[in-house]
Amino acid sequence: MMMIFGVPLAAFTGQLMLGLINGAFYALLSLGLAVIFGLLKIVNFAHGAMYMLGAFATLLGMQYLGINYWVSLILVPLVVGGFGMLIERFILRRISHLDHLYGLLLTFGLALIFEGTLVNFFGVSGLRYPTPELLQGGYNLGFMFLPIYRGWVLLAALVVCLGTWFIIERTRLGAYLRAGTENSALMQAFGVNVPLLITLTYGFGVALAAFAGVLAAPLYPVSPTMGSSLLIVVFAVVVIGGMGSILGSIITGLAMGLIEGLTKVYYPEAANTVIFLVMILVLMLRPAGLFGKEA
Amino acid sequence: MTFIKKALTTSIALATASAMATTAQANMSDSEVRIGYLADMSGTYRDLAGPGGLTAMEMAIEDFGGTVNGAPIMVLSADDRNSADVGANTVRGWIDQDNVDMVGGLVASSVTIAVTNVIEENDGLALVSGSAASSITNEHCTPNHIHWVYDTYPLAHGTAKAVVEQGGDTWFMLTADYAFGHSLEADVTKVVEENGGEIVGGVRHPFPTNDFSSYILQAQSSGADIIGLANAGSDTVNAITTASQFGVTQSGQQLAGLLIFLNDVHAMGLQATQNLLLTTGWYWDMDEQSREWAERYYERMERMPTMVQAGVYSSTMHYLKAIEEAGTDDPETVRAQMAEMPIEDFFARNGRIREDGRMVHDMYLAQVKTPEESTGEWDLYEILSTIPAEEAFRPLSESNCDLVQN
Repeated sequence: MMMIFGVPLAAFTGQLMLGLINGAFYALLSLGLAVIFGLLKIVNFAHGAMYMLGAFATLLGMQYLGINYWVSLILVPLVVGGFGMLIERFILRRISHLDHLYGLLLTFGLALIFEGTLVNFFGVSGLRYPTPELLQGGYNLGFMFLPIYRGWVLLAALVVCLGTWFIIERTRLGAYLRAGTENSALMQAFGVNVPLLITLTYGFGVALAAFAGVLAAPLYPVSPTMGSSLLIVVFAVVVIGGMGSILGSIITGLAMGLIEGLTKVYYPEAANTVIFLVMILVLMLRPAGLFGKEA
Repeated sequence: MTFIKKALTTSIALATASAMATTAQANMSDSEVRIGYLADMSGTYRDLAGPGGLTAMEMAIEDFGGTVNGAPIMVLSADDRNSADVGANTVRGWIDQDNVDMVGGLVASSVTIAVTNVIEENDGLALVSGSAASSITNEHCTPNHIHWVYDTYPLAHGTAKAVVEQGGDTWFMLTADYAFGHSLEADVTKVVEENGGEIVGGVRHPFPTNDFSSYILQAQSSGADIIGLANAGSDTVNAITTASQFGVTQSGQQLAGLLIFLNDVHAMGLQATQNLLLTTGWYWDMDEQSREWAERYYERMERMPTMVQAGVYSSTMHYLKAIEEAGTDDPETVRAQMAEMPIEDFFARNGRIREDGRMVHDMYLAQVKTPEESTGEWDLYEILSTIPAEEAFRPLSESNCDLVQN
């Protein structure tokens, strides 16, 4: 049997596959953060809570309203994204002229409030959401047993990530967005409603987090704390990729998933820290991140 | 003038009244029994103890009649946020300022060890219901606390021995990479090897871990019969859920959970946990007495109680009975009185308190039901056998506790 550093090739390939799937989650979440930071300069600490709300909305939607997984996949990002727009319009906008730090504290506070409220009602053990029937079971790929649902997560996340990149970097709407954040006074002079654009962008970033939440619901226990544990890693991914870089956050997300996956095989004790080591290295060598523009 | 007069008269009247009360309840400190409930009320361990444990404690006080030897019983509660510092400071304040006579609940082992040190310094009394570490009545024993419900020794021994006896000879260990996981892993390794089994591999995963797929894949390729889970709480839940998604049980491997609570099984659902073997100190549906109490609890909490919550009731009740019997709430006397009386209630069978502070009682080997066998939301375990009290816990001959003469 062929071995790679003492691990059979088959097992090694399996681990790469799993790393890629986790990376897809990182990519999806860090993309939303990057959009919000890159275009609005808001350090959105409520992002993890939005991901968690996405998972909860999926679960409660099924329990109380009988909404199935496929409908949730579209409906939940819209609803949670709409909720995000309300937050932007009525709360964040009031402090938009202040230092970024205020936005960070405000969103962090909001995250704690959402989390605490749900802990009060649902506890912390987590609730189960069944895997949709169509995606149950798995394939034996020869080198590993791949649950169909995980394959689907990878595919869906990649499609959404690339779609987002395309809209922002390659369409007229994206061009407006980028221009509006660069020089909003000039854009308003051209008759573009910049405040509306900002609200929509924040809503879109939140919707991406909620979409990740829907994808996560059948995979992990749905619990009020599921977002906060992921958020720190996702922030590290954004920093490595370069704050605000769209493509950077997608590629870095996938790459960090792979690196973390390999660490889990060769030195599992360090699996939770390896991403932060990479972050320190990147900050030392390229302070603006791998894909960031030097200020 | 009249105001001062009034104030004076009132305070004299109050002083006389309280003096009279003191004579009536000759040996009750400050004419009140104050119990502090300290637990994780909002974090990882909230569902296994938390507000439910407080409710259980209040139920015990109500059932006892609200007073003991004429002194009213009062409860204070606080969230330790799983921090040893917060826990120790809270208890220090309770003892210094609030004259708390006994501290109950106590979940995270690190908090418990810190708190019992404070209790020992102040000659108080603690009844530990939630903690897992067996060191609490071993190297960390004090004459001032009693460990009530379970510890890692019976959990590891009961489950590992039963699994090896059923033919699970080769084990792959998934261990949480901190003191608790390492000690559980060591206990299990010892039992497995003593019974003729073998540990063929293992992973020490960071605490906490969200995604277990990589470790499950490694466990699968090890080819071991049994995947032993030397972790707890959300780590165990995530590991079991992932194992079920990767078809671990279909491919012939079996999971052995070493620290699993009713709320964990309820959260994961029977599809993921079916046939899992585990050891428990109590189960709500194990007999008529247990069911009767559990249903009263359910009316208040809308959840079935865990063994920890039931243990809080049992230990509080035993404490109050000991005060009544001894005629005082002096901690040392009450502690001695508690050890004199055997414990037989809906929770504990053949219970007694040893000199190291361990309350030994019958433990149970349980198997999680399949979805087809289960008849309701909380119909989760089948009790397979009873592990007698005297065999379940670490024998005193192996104890490192200073209170034990070896």
